[in-house]
Amino acid sequence: MNGAQDLGGMMGFGPVIPEKDEPYFHGDWEKRALAITLACGALGQWTLDESRHARETIPPALYLSKTYYDIWITALEKLLLHHGLVTPDELQKGEALTARPATRNPPLAAERVAGALAKGSPTERNIATAPRFAIGDRVTTKVMHPTTHTRLPRYARGKTGVVTFRHGAHVFPDTHAHDLGEQPAHCYGIAFSARDLWGEGADPTLTVMVDCWEPYLESAA
Amino acid sequence: MRPPQVNGQGPVEKRGRAVHASGMTHQTHDHDHDEHHHHDHDHEHDHDHSELSEVALRVRALETILTRKGLVDPAALDAIVETYETKIGPRNGARVIARAWTDPAYLARLRENATAAIAELGCGGRQGEHMQIVENTTEKHNMVVCTLCSCYPWPVLGLPPVWYKSAPYRSRAVIDPRGVLKDFGVTLPETMQIRVWDSTAEMRYLVLPMRPAGTDSWSEEQLAHLVTRDSMIGTGQPLTPGATR
Repeated sequence: MNGAQDLGGMMGFGPVIPEKDEPYFHGDWEKRALAITLACGALGQWTLDESRHARETIPPALYLSKTYYDIWITALEKLLLHHGLVTPDELQKGEALTARPATRNPPLAAERVAGALAKGSPTERNIATAPRFAIGDRVTTKVMHPTTHTRLPRYARGKTGVVTFRHGAHVFPDTHAHDLGEQPAHCYGIAFSARDLWGEGADPTLTVMVDCWEPYLESAA
Repeated sequence: MRPPQVNGQGPVEKRGRAVHASGMTHQTHDHDHDEHHHHDHDHEHDHDHSELSEVALRVRALETILTRKGLVDPAALDAIVETYETKIGPRNGARVIARAWTDPAYLARLRENATAAIAELGCGGRQGEHMQIVENTTEKHNMVVCTLCSCYPWPVLGLPPVWYKSAPYRSRAVIDPRGVLKDFGVTLPETMQIRVWDSTAEMRYLVLPMRPAGTDSWSEEQLAHLVTRDSMIGTGQPLTPGATR
């Protein structure tokens, strides 16, 4: 969806301001926000793609004014409500008022944390179909504006680039975010010249690499 | 005073407090009172604690609800925080880079299958399931961004810094990387080719910076100290031999 998360090429945000010796967390609430988000994800009620979609559906003015962990927590509240793990009443009162609902996975136990983080969630899959494109092929990304989740940024839609890497088949976020299954598809690293992306005045030395799933691509030959 | 930035760069939102009556933002970072805001305390700070972070309260409420319902185990939360505070960080990535600088066979494995080569050093997992190394040369500079969210190679770099997740970086890295680099005090030769990697899929990119000159006799361990986090994102260069602490 064309939400506020899709920031590539926007202007007016000012300079990047790195913080010297930045700590990992600015406040203990950020630690808990990270940990709660990961622990709730481990319950298996939603996918990483769905949680990204929950973040990008935060209204733009809000999204742009929130800190990143606030974005996470706001999205987590939505996911917990949507999946019935927490009720609106509970969120409003800040109390547990209903019994624990059934979840796909049991709650993450402390002794399982190290193993779960070390394992992660690989997204590569073996699929029977051969990749449609070869390294060096010229491809054009689709012009599309789905109201649902996608990982093709607006700045890279309807643009022509060159297949530079083949990453194998990966879980397709556009379906996986919406309970429509993994539908793994071949994923490619596509090289776009800045001139093709940004037109006149673009940095002549710049190439932007975007990872694109096959359903985003059409042959440019 | 620096101007406030949206989306995580500004101290106002970052801590959700410390807004003075003047509307100016407080620049001090180290006053963490989130865990103490429910106490009466008499610290002589000049910022206004009554505005204490609405989001901190929401997080606390959420943790209480989830814990009471048996959906999260507070000990597991502690273990997650401990992992990312003490076990996973840019020192992991620095070991990978220093090994690549000193061991050609390792470099070859890193190019061939970065996920496996990085796993040799005991790093892998969440947000680093599919790693790729991107090598800087005298002709080409690499820089990594996630314009759509905040994808970042956690197992080798730890949690991303605020600027990496912020609107200024995410918006500008793909259209004006030289301008972004200037914000970091980095100027590249005009002829240097720049490759910006937008992490739109689950591939995670680690920049292999060029080994600093004058380090021929350096050990792998010494070299690792020259490898900065930003040099592995592409917004900085490694330290030079004279610059180590």
